[in-house]
Amino acid sequence: MAPMPDVEVFAHETLGKDLYALTFASPIDLRAGRYQPGQFLHIRVSQSFDFLLRRPLSLCNADVDHNRLTVVYRAQGAGTRRLTACKPGDWIDVLGPLGQGFPIRAQDHRTLLIGGGVGVPPLLELAKQLRASGKSVQTIVGFQTAGQLMLVEELAMYGEVTVMTDDGSAGTRGLVTTALTAELCSLADRYYACGPSAMLKAVQQTMRVRGVPGYLSLEERMGCGIGICVGCVHAVYRDGQLTNAKTCREGPVFDEQEVVFA
Amino acid sequence: MNDPRMDVDLAVNLLSLHLKNPVMPASGCFSFGKEIASFYDLGVLGAVVVKATTLDERLGNPTPRVAETAAGMLNSIGLQNPGVKRVMQEELPNLRQYQSLPVIVNVAGTAIDDYVDVTRELSSSPDVSAIELNISCPNVKCGGIQFGSDPQMAASMVRAIKTVATHPVIVKLSPNVTDIVEMAVACEEAGADGLSLINTVIGMAIDLERRRPLLGSGAGGLSGPAIKPIAIRMVYEVFRHVSIPVIGIGGIMTGADVIEFLMAGATAVQVGTANFVDPLACPRIIDETREWCVQHGVRSIREIIGAASRPNER
Ligand SMILES: Cc1cc2nc3c(=O)[nH]c(=O)nc-3n(C[C@H](O)[C@H](O)[C@H](O)COP(=O)(O)OP(=O)(O)OC[C@H]3O[C@@H](n4cnc5c(N)ncnc54)[C@H](O)[C@@H]3O)c2cc1C
Ligand code: FES
Repeated sequence: MAPMPDVEVFAHETLGKDLYALTFASPIDLRAGRYQPGQFLHIRVSQSFDFLLRRPLSLCNADVDHNRLTVVYRAQGAGTRRLTACKPGDWIDVLGPLGQGFPIRAQDHRTLLIGGGVGVPPLLELAKQLRASGKSVQTIVGFQTAGQLMLVEELAMYGEVTVMTDDGSAGTRGLVTTALTAELCSLADRYYACGPSAMLKAVQQTMRVRGVPGYLSLEERMGCGIGICVGCVHAVYRDGQLTNAKTCREGPVFDEQEVVFA
Repeated sequence: MNDPRMDVDLAVNLLSLHLKNPVMPASGCFSFGKEIASFYDLGVLGAVVVKATTLDERLGNPTPRVAETAAGMLNSIGLQNPGVKRVMQEELPNLRQYQSLPVIVNVAGTAIDDYVDVTRELSSSPDVSAIELNISCPNVKCGGIQFGSDPQMAASMVRAIKTVATHPVIVKLSPNVTDIVEMAVACEEAGADGLSLINTVIGMAIDLERRRPLLGSGAGGLSGPAIKPIAIRMVYEVFRHVSIPVIGIGGIMTGADVIEFLMAGATAVQVGTANFVDPLACPRIIDETREWCVQHGVRSIREIIGAASRPNER
């Protein structure tokens, strides 16, 4: 990998309350095709050392023609709030795309995408690529409340979208797993899920019962994002043994078969 | 006139090792080098210190294992590593391609016997240049920390290791002690060949939503720029009281930080957390160190080692 110069910011839009879409020059040449949906960009939120660690944000859209990447993020903590200050024309320090993304399998025809909260953004690039390779896409997204909805219209460009909210203020009241009926799952060859651990664990359990294979994108706190700090591990069952995998390098996307939740 | 850059000599001698410059990545902030090697030629480094190695494989602590703090971070990795045998077979040979790159292996354990066994294994390795005794990791229960805070125990550990070690032995000191000089002197008297300091400072962060410590294991080790003044003070004090070389560690992010540690008395430095923030930190810091020397007419970096303690220094 070549040295990473900072990249120019082209757009920073407000999508909703505390919700932003940040578009910047891709650190790699996207035409070479070496990127996958589900990979993440590791972004410094300021030049100073006050905020020491980078923030992992999923690749949400790759614009190959203009060689630009977009991430969509919720400003929740101090670091992402700081990031909101950056403007078009600024330069930011971006590492990536990093990690293993969602594999697109030739034999699949019908795919089911499941996202919760800030786990929804990577599903957009995934849906785009799945559609481009001729697969049908059905998406279920879950949020706490109506005010947190994101990317629903964009996802609807690639297939039917079901919205679930914890409080029923938009879509149907309930968890994403409520929507994973036997009928719906019988129509899926594979699922792809990204969201908080509690959601992923419930999805994994339900889909094992439904007999549908899939991939989970795990969320762990990261120190480095490149595999050197061993901070981001998650338990996996591999070669008959329980072990720790680095989510930044071996993930964040894993085959659901090997992921072990506490 | 020649490019003045050509004239700056960054080389230092550390123990019996020749380092082309004083900068090495710190243990646990470099893994075993494979990942960083995709960013730059590791041959530019003064030396490397690979991840803490224990006798048997360790899976480490529960997550979250890292948390950001103001100008720093907490970690509680808990010495996750594949065990010394696999480290020797699978990891260290990859570093052979970098000729004249000293490889320092950080040794950890729970009891003195563990450290002795790991050291004995490593003694037969052609890939090891020196060992660094991790008697100060704050992240292992009943782990090295008692050795790290009790001068007598540290001394008995060093003596036990010296009887089996075929390589120079560096002792990595904890800042979580009342008197760092007392620890340093005890290790020197017991036969340590060098000292590295400081390891992380024990700290904690609370997750306000859960009303619980944020890290999975409660407390962790604080690192990053936030701890640099603590490290500088300790290097400065220790340098004045021992005659073995001191390696400075603690929040180094820039070439100026390297210069500061050398002036405080360090012969070489280890760069830790900066590698997490910027995979290219080490080569950048080496360039900045050279640039500082150029700017200040320093022809050999060795001139400034301990400068802050010398009388009549400008
Ligand atoms: C692979 C991956 C992809 C992600 N993609 C997106 C995305 O596309 N959009 C989005 O809004 N969010 C995404 N997240 C979550 C996002 O990284 C966190 O919300 C963000 O790091 C929080 O930073 P902060 O400054 O708001 O919080 P702070 O509390 O200031 O963060 C402190 C530290 O904790 C880490 N941290 C805090 N919360 C999380 C979390 N939930 N997950 C991981 N690290 C955390 C931060 O990275 C930082 O190192 C992703 C997380 C991962 C692991
Ligand atoms: S974040 Fe450092 S190893 Fe994964």
